[in-house]
Amino acid sequence: MFAVTAFAVLIALGIALARAFLGPTVFDRILAVNSVGTKTVLLIAVLGFLTGRPDFLDIAIVYALINFIGVVAILKYVQYGDFALSGNVEPVPPGNVERAPQGDGEGGQ
Amino acid sequence: MIGQLLDGMSWLLLLAGAAFVIIGAFGMLRLPDFYSRLHPAGLTDTMGAGLILLGLLLQAEAWIVAVKLLIIAAFLLFTSPTASHATARAALAAGLRPWQTPKSGGGAPGQDGGT
Repeated sequence: MFAVTAFAVLIALGIALARAFLGPTVFDRILAVNSVGTKTVLLIAVLGFLTGRPDFLDIAIVYALINFIGVVAILKYVQYGDFALSGNVEPVPPGNVERAPQGDGEGGQ
Repeated sequence: MIGQLLDGMSWLLLLAGAAFVIIGAFGMLRLPDFYSRLHPAGLTDTMGAGLILLGLLLQAEAWIVAVKLLIIAAFLLFTSPTASHATARAALAAGLRPWQTPKSGGGAPGQDGGT
């Protein structure tokens, strides 16, 4: 039963990798990489139980930590480097982008 | 008896989690634009990971294994909505427009016939 779950997670990893390769925008690739990281955590956990050594869960914890920090770091790089303007994302004048209200009340500073 | 019950429940949870992971992956491949692809990614992160980790939790023998599984589940539950929200906000701030149906009253929203 662990083998079936591990196989399903492997198939899902392949599909997410395909989306990471053919995603039209850079945000699709970031989303796919995030999903690959989550599925890798699941795969490591299931493989630890499959081989009868649940000590693999330490590696899964480390992978979950690194995945989140890596995604946030890539997002910062894309937003503030010149990486976002080179893909298929067309830049919109800032008045057109509808933003969520930042805090309560005072939004204009 | 109780061991067989735990095994059956664990198998059910693992199979349901595997089904959610597969469905989320296919949705991430098939849906038309980025903002709609966020939804199956969240499905994988919450239901798929939650059910698989819960199914593994029923198979844990030592208590430290159960604690590690709970730590992983709690961490995924905290970080994956945060990462999805940050990704969506970054895409919106970069000017990526949400996909809309070609005719505003149109029926099937798929690219090629909706399948």
